[in-house]
Amino acid sequence: MRQVLGTIMLLFGLSVAALGVAVDEKPLPDPAQEAQARALMKEIRCLVCQNQSIEDSNADLARDLRAIVRERIALGDSPENVRSYLVDRYGDWVLLKPPIKTSTYFLWASPFLAVLVIVFLLLGRKKAVAAPAPLSEDEEAQIKALLERQE
Amino acid sequence: MKRFLPLGIVVFLVAVFLGMMLSDRNPNEIDSVLIGRPAPAFSIDSLSADTPPLTEADLKTGEPVLVNFFASWCVPCRAEHDSLMELAGRYRVPLIGIAYKNDPAKAVGFLNELGNPFSKTGLDLDGRVGIDWGVSGVPETFLIDGSGVIRYRHWGPIVGDSLEARLLPELEALR
Repeated sequence: MRQVLGTIMLLFGLSVAALGVAVDEKPLPDPAQEAQARALMKEIRCLVCQNQSIEDSNADLARDLRAIVRERIALGDSPENVRSYLVDRYGDWVLLKPPIKTSTYFLWASPFLAVLVIVFLLLGRKKAVAAPAPLSEDEEAQIKALLERQE
Repeated sequence: MKRFLPLGIVVFLVAVFLGMMLSDRNPNEIDSVLIGRPAPAFSIDSLSADTPPLTEADLKTGEPVLVNFFASWCVPCRAEHDSLMELAGRYRVPLIGIAYKNDPAKAVGFLNELGNPFSKTGLDLDGRVGIDWGVSGVPETFLIDGSGVIRYRHWGPIVGDSLEARLLPELEALR
């Protein structure tokens, strides 16, 4: 039993290793440039799988885009330039983190707006609990009658 | 009044989700940033050896042109092929084909088998032209006006009513 379990775990371990991307890709000779390229790849959306970065996508297009990123970094292009090269072709969508500009103000502000709304709701609620409506004359009379009956 | 608030919110959300579901919006489809911009420059070998290379100059003909990225290995391309034949035949639109990451012999076989709607076909062997055009997968079809400016991009295969409902109106607007 134990052996079987061990084998299964070993197999899982191996399969995880196989999922590592870029086994067939040559990293850049300069480790600093490779690190720069890798960091940039993590910010670029794979347009085929959409919620993956090109750094961890197996799609063909992601492979091509990785090659382009490495190529341009090797040529001495700055990460900003490479980013705008891709945005020029695929739009802001290619960036996993949307840029802050007029069309995205609402997007970036939305968490703060949500907090504000919640704060207002909570404040309103507290007030309602703290100040119940004053009793009407009828109700006063009813209470008086009840109290008197108890005595 | 206040006790109807939760009900109101639920009805609103149901309306929003239903609206999203019933509209023919495809979440995979992102508007191309190339609309309104001149077609990117390129120069690639033609599929037939005796034709000069295909370049962006081939797109500036004074009349609207369609550029179709296809590949013989792409199943949806097979599905939309009838639409392309119809565009070239019935609607007399000049079509330029770009074989995306396709073995030339296989691309020739594909066009021999299904018919060739293209007036000229180029070979994008490494997919770099596709990337310059912001293509995320084949098929994609671009509508270019007479001066070489991209006016419309059709994402995915031209099947169902997308020829009549989407592509043709854009084309007529340019003619």
